[in-house]
Amino acid sequence: MSEHHIKLPEGSIEKTTTTLNLGPTHPATHGVMQNILELDGERIVSTEQTIGYIHRAFEKLAERRPLAQITTLTDRLNYCSSPLNNMGWHLTCEKLLGVKTPKRVDYLRVIIMELARISDHLICNSIVGVDAGAYTGFLYVMQYRELIYEIYEEVCGARLTTNIGRIGGFERNFNDIAFQKLEKFLREYPKVLKEFENLFQRNRIFMERTMGTGAISAERALNYGFTGPNLRAAGVDYDVRVHSPYSSYEDFQFSIPVGTTGDNYDRWLVREKEMWESLSIIEQAYRKVQDFKGAEAEVYHADVPEYYLPPKADVYTKMEALIWHFKIIMGETEIPAGEVYNSIEAGNGELGFYLISDGGRTPYRLHFRRPCFVYYQAYEELIKGSMLSDAIMTMSSLNLIAGELDA
Amino acid sequence: MALTNETIKARLTEKFGDQLSHVEEPYGMLTFEAPKELNLKVLNFLYDDEELKFRFLTDLTAVHYPDKKGRELAVVYHLHNMTDNIRIRFKVFTDISQPDIYTATGLFSAANWMERETYDFFGINFVGHPNLKRILNVEEMDYFPLRKEFPLEDQTRIDKDDEMFGRG
Repeated sequence: MSEHHIKLPEGSIEKTTTTLNLGPTHPATHGVMQNILELDGERIVSTEQTIGYIHRAFEKLAERRPLAQITTLTDRLNYCSSPLNNMGWHLTCEKLLGVKTPKRVDYLRVIIMELARISDHLICNSIVGVDAGAYTGFLYVMQYRELIYEIYEEVCGARLTTNIGRIGGFERNFNDIAFQKLEKFLREYPKVLKEFENLFQRNRIFMERTMGTGAISAERALNYGFTGPNLRAAGVDYDVRVHSPYSSYEDFQFSIPVGTTGDNYDRWLVREKEMWESLSIIEQAYRKVQDFKGAEAEVYHADVPEYYLPPKADVYTKMEALIWHFKIIMGETEIPAGEVYNSIEAGNGELGFYLISDGGRTPYRLHFRRPCFVYYQAYEELIKGSMLSDAIMTMSSLNLIAGELDA
Repeated sequence: MALTNETIKARLTEKFGDQLSHVEEPYGMLTFEAPKELNLKVLNFLYDDEELKFRFLTDLTAVHYPDKKGRELAVVYHLHNMTDNIRIRFKVFTDISQPDIYTATGLFSAANWMERETYDFFGINFVGHPNLKRILNVEEMDYFPLRKEFPLEDQTRIDKDDEMFGRG
């Protein structure tokens, strides 16, 4: 301390902290969640997270719905990648019911799921950019998320809450426009992704904002139940697509990108690399789909009359089809009793469905293992002692989706 | 050698003997039950054992069976051994009038919010939990909404009674 400093008697200034309410409706939280931060200057001393602002009791609602009607609930979990949740749910039902899907359905599902993963990671990574002050990237890649949404639209008619697919397959075959749009996406997107990467990856400001902030060790991440890109950024190569392959993922060649430090920069990098892997998976799947010839190229669902709606023309002319139609629409099909846990690799990690059926027409109990909910509890540990501005970046790089958090 | 359900079963029986019950394998996942006083002992054993290494808590939730007297509430743990890539399901049952179960937060940080959620919806009292309060519902709530005594629909409606849903 130099002699220019005013010397105050000991204890004359009290050490005080400021309490700051971040959320529930704050533009930087990107969702409805509250953080009560105790700040010492700009440093975070402690934080208390409050969640549940958009809790909609899906688990309770599901106890009164036939299987097909629960798909719309899963849309609203991680709404940045609804098709992933939808497919996860269909796969769970198929596991319970013992439905075997044709290969073409699996490959079409892989295409849709990987498109959804790209749109999810795209949002997350560009929002991390926005929080670091770079809005351009976000606006630029939106065009390609739009293209992905147009592909969904061709397949299922919806864009955000897709309700895509049915138990056993898809509601209709992919039309030519869908494939043309997919080709356009495969043709144009790599260049855009490369440009997006160039904006950030070696950008000095971006690197300095993200490196070393919000870091977690592999051991802590596992203990906290991290999954998905956030776990892989910490260096653990766990990916449900590889560890317990579903929907014929075993037929594809791809690698699992991993990070080392588990900080915001590594999370960003892992998501970026995963988009490249997803692109390659889509290309492989599209080639496999094109290999089907003749009648095989028209297959888009399994033969499960109890759960898959018959064509409308048959409903008006055939007795059996009419009965199935009625039973499915009214939810009057008895589900076999059983207990099943099935998980998929969703945008944020392992999305699990724990389904118990007692032989009734609706699930006896359904529990969603939402990756967001599990890893958000580590947020306090991640940001303690860091600057407020880093806490915002950490929140967006964890990719917290309020819908998934609250269910 | 990759771990199999048989090996896990053998190791567990060796350690806990006939205290394990209801050992099943629905859809290939080893499922078993233990007395609720033993839940931490079992979890610790599964975690520490050099062969078993179930060190990842995938999911924790509860189920309400109002008809099973004395064992109305089930707490279900889904554990994952990532090295051998095998999952198991472990259940403990408790009486609804005294739903006390030891917390697993000492072993898994992930259990913190999962247990809060389970408490919030089923009223299971996790003994020793550092911060056991409601998480998704409002704190003023004085009931546990996922228990079966709270039917979803308006009680006055007769067009959607339980009979229509296959369990009259």
